Amino acid sequence: MANVPPIPKRISSIKFGLMSPKEIRKMSATPIITADTYDDDGFPIDMGLMDTKLGVIDPGLRCKTCSGRAGECPGHFGHIELVAPVVHVGFNKIIRKLLRASCRKCSRILLDPTQKQHSLEQLTALQEIGHMPDDLINDIYKEASKVKTCPYCNEEQLEIKFEKPSEYLEDGEKLTPTEIRDRFENIPDEDIKVIGMDPKNARPEWMILTVLPVPPVTVRPSITLESGQRSEDDLTHKLVDIIRINQRFQENREAGAPQLIIEDLWELLQYHVTTFFDNSVSGIPPARHRSGRPLKTLSQRLKGKEGRFRGSLSGKRVNFSARTVISPDPNLSINEVGVPMPIARILTIPAVVTPRNIEQLKVYVRNGEDIHPGANYVFRPDGRRIKVTQVNKDDLAEKLEFGWVVERQLKDGDTVLFNRQPSLHKMSIMAHSVKVLPNKTFRLNPAVCPPYNADFDGDEMNMHALQTEESRAEAKILMQVQENILSPRFGGPIIGGIHDHISGLFLLTRFENRISAHDAFDILRKSKARVLPEPAGYEAGKPYWTGKQIFSQILPKGLDIEFPAQVCSHCDVCKKEECPNDAYVVIRKGELLMGTIDEAAIGAFKGKIQDRIIKQISSEAGSLFIDDMTKLAIRAIMRTGLSFGIADEDIPKEARIQIDDELRKAEEEVQKLIQSYQNKELEPLPGRTLDETIEMSIMQKLGKARDRTGNIADSHMGLENSAVIMARSGARGSILNLTQMAACVGQQAVRGERIRRGYAGRTLPHFEAGDLGSDAHGFVKASYKSGLNPTEYFFHAIGGREGLVDTAVRTSQSGYLQRRLVNALQDLEVQYDLTVRDTRGVLVQFKYGEDGINPTKNDFSKPETIHRIVRTVVNREVAL
Amino acid sequence: MTKFSLLDHESVPKHEIMPEGELKSVLSKYSIEKEQLPKIKVQDPVIKEIGAVIGDVVKITRKSQTAGEADYFRLVIE
Repeated sequence: MANVPPIPKRISSIKFGLMSPKEIRKMSATPIITADTYDDDGFPIDMGLMDTKLGVIDPGLRCKTCSGRAGECPGHFGHIELVAPVVHVGFNKIIRKLLRASCRKCSRILLDPTQKQHSLEQLTALQEIGHMPDDLINDIYKEASKVKTCPYCNEEQLEIKFEKPSEYLEDGEKLTPTEIRDRFENIPDEDIKVIGMDPKNARPEWMILTVLPVPPVTVRPSITLESGQRSEDDLTHKLVDIIRINQRFQENREAGAPQLIIEDLWELLQYHVTTFFDNSVSGIPPARHRSGRPLKTLSQRLKGKEGRFRGSLSGKRVNFSARTVISPDPNLSINEVGVPMPIARILTIPAVVTPRNIEQLKVYVRNGEDIHPGANYVFRPDGRRIKVTQVNKDDLAEKLEFGWVVERQLKDGDTVLFNRQPSLHKMSIMAHSVKVLPNKTFRLNPAVCPPYNADFDGDEMNMHALQTEESRAEAKILMQVQENILSPRFGGPIIGGIHDHISGLFLLTRFENRISAHDAFDILRKSKARVLPEPAGYEAGKPYWTGKQIFSQILPKGLDIEFPAQVCSHCDVCKKEECPNDAYVVIRKGELLMGTIDEAAIGAFKGKIQDRIIKQISSEAGSLFIDDMTKLAIRAIMRTGLSFGIADEDIPKEARIQIDDELRKAEEEVQKLIQSYQNKELEPLPGRTLDETIEMSIMQKLGKARDRTGNIADSHMGLENSAVIMARSGARGSILNLTQMAACVGQQAVRGERIRRGYAGRTLPHFEAGDLGSDAHGFVKASYKSGLNPTEYFFHAIGGREGLVDTAVRTSQSGYLQRRLVNALQDLEVQYDLTVRDTRGVLVQFKYGEDGINPTKNDFSKPETIHRIVRTVVNREVAL
Repeated sequence: MTKFSLLDHESVPKHEIMPEGELKSVLSKYSIEKEQLPKIKVQDPVIKEIGAVIGDVVKITRKSQTAGEADYFRLVIE
């Protein structure tokens, strides 16, 4: 590795400088003097803005400078000799600073020789260690502008004022660009070095333009409209303006026009040159097109989201891609994506004709573009592209020879990339295999929603058809969905059952579900299982099976695992196999012996089973399990059905009485607290004021009261309530949601405090000023079912608004934070010796993660693998 | 006021100047030059504390969540 250079060529330095008038004239192919572009015959006028010396864009013409045709000629600069110098907008800041830092008479920088010497030394020191000198240079400018009299010629310095857009006033007198230029010309080279400029590459007077470079025509191509009329680029329009004013200026000056008119024209020239560079300078109206649209000039081309950098270089539109709405299809594998037929007919994949595929490719070509697995284009070895049409398709199929390339349409089994923005992690772009389907949406297995963070409320996704064999191989090995089930973020599965999958398997595997042979086969119909195990028992002479047995049919044969389920109530001492809630899952040799399957077993982000299958067997087995599991779960949930209605929030009368009682007690306690606060008996908490203490204690009291009401409601609803089933199994919702619906919504908060805003001393006119009670500060006693009273409703809206604002602000902030992190870290790489290095080879971490371990291949840093091996060898649990 | 050593603070890991021989073996282990090590400024309080000079390499022994204890090497600059 030592004698192989890591990068063929390395940029050692980049030099930035100003262009001198001399340089501009030297690189110019021609001076531009007429504002006209084309003559009556449509030919470019010599020394006009479209002069063929500046390059050509019309096919057929040849460039007079390099004699290249359109497309070959890169374009050449021209120049306009300005009648009077004008300021370059981009340098206004520096010009202002320099005017203030230099003498108005002798043009020297207003620092004494020792100061200059010192500054120079500091600058060279900074340059040597490769630091930015910006701060130091600003200090030098500041120091120099403080000087009142020139240390060289004793001239008194006057105040320089800058007025937008480009006017300099010295003690109220206007400085013309010519005067400024004269001053800058007289600054000696040694002094220029002091202010951090390099006199060889950037003399300050070059910031005042006397010659304007004219960009090549290739930069500002004109377009011919359908009517045959030419439409010029915005830059060309701007240049026409500049030339016109320049000419008028000259004529007026030669004719000896009054000073007033000359000054007006000078200002106008300044305006046009300014807007040529930047049309969004504050203080001047933007130059507009005839239609009223502001012109897009140089700076507008580069700046911002749609500018050259962010819009054309960092991100571009690509070919062979498609975008449409997504919708779910549980019958697809997680590795598949359903592609609408209209898309499959347009996207193509190039296939080289070989003896092995010529017959098949002939069929595609014969199918043409209308019959599905067809072909859209054929490439001959000489590079000619021929469109396959109704007319020539049979002819082309006959002519097909080895070495030709057929662009065949996308068909089942092709590997494509599938992506949903924002692409925040690597799982936002994964490889799927195509399944061509009717209709117009992309279809995907709902189990792959979590990595993409997709739902089906109108989300759109992008698909990219890979064009080379290498890219397809790479995508299939590294990017396929099944290779990304385990997330490197936490080493666990990011793909797994969601919503219905979890409730479905929960309903199937809990209790002693007795399932007849008919039902068992019905549930397992979409899986590979075709034979049932020994029945669990007989009922009325007919055999029955348990849900656990049915679920076991889709488990890989050798799977051994045990873990507490999501429904586990976290008792102090876990009874493991004797768990009264059936919340301890035991799987032996691929058979679910006890425990209930829920989020902890198969859920996305949590599922222990996928995790173990992938780490122990293979990612392919993992994807197969997820496919089978999702289909099984959906059939299982359809057997019983799971619905939730407003009646499910009903709680018995006793429960309501208990809840009201609880709330009343809480309110009394709060009143007691307030009482002791008012009597100054309350002890402040350490580090808190009395006011903070009472607020905290009230919040705490009310929070606990709400939880207690929740427990009451929960205990009366029982495990058969579908909301409880969903919350307990982890499928959707939480006990808190249930509490709010059935028992009590609880305290509304803004910034973690009770609501205090509104009127002076009170939140709403309905309360007395200074009332600290729970009602007056946003405690909602009601439940969503019972309905909120008007004040509660209002407080709830206040709290709700904060939540909305928070999410809006948080996404943009965290997005920018992530962008900065990614930009800083994107080039770091783990080397074969497990060190983390940047592109220069500088070490960042001596061992990746300090332990050199890949989190996706790690059992959450527990020696689980070793335990398992010992267990399988000695066939019993061994304490290590 | 009593003067405390910075290194006695629980969140300051152990810093020590590396002897020449040990440094050589580290550099050859990663087959790098001294300049490819992460840097630390001489003005850094901990560098002042242990009295390292520009060009020295300090060995930092940190507690690590993943590896228990991890060594880190930084070149003193400026």
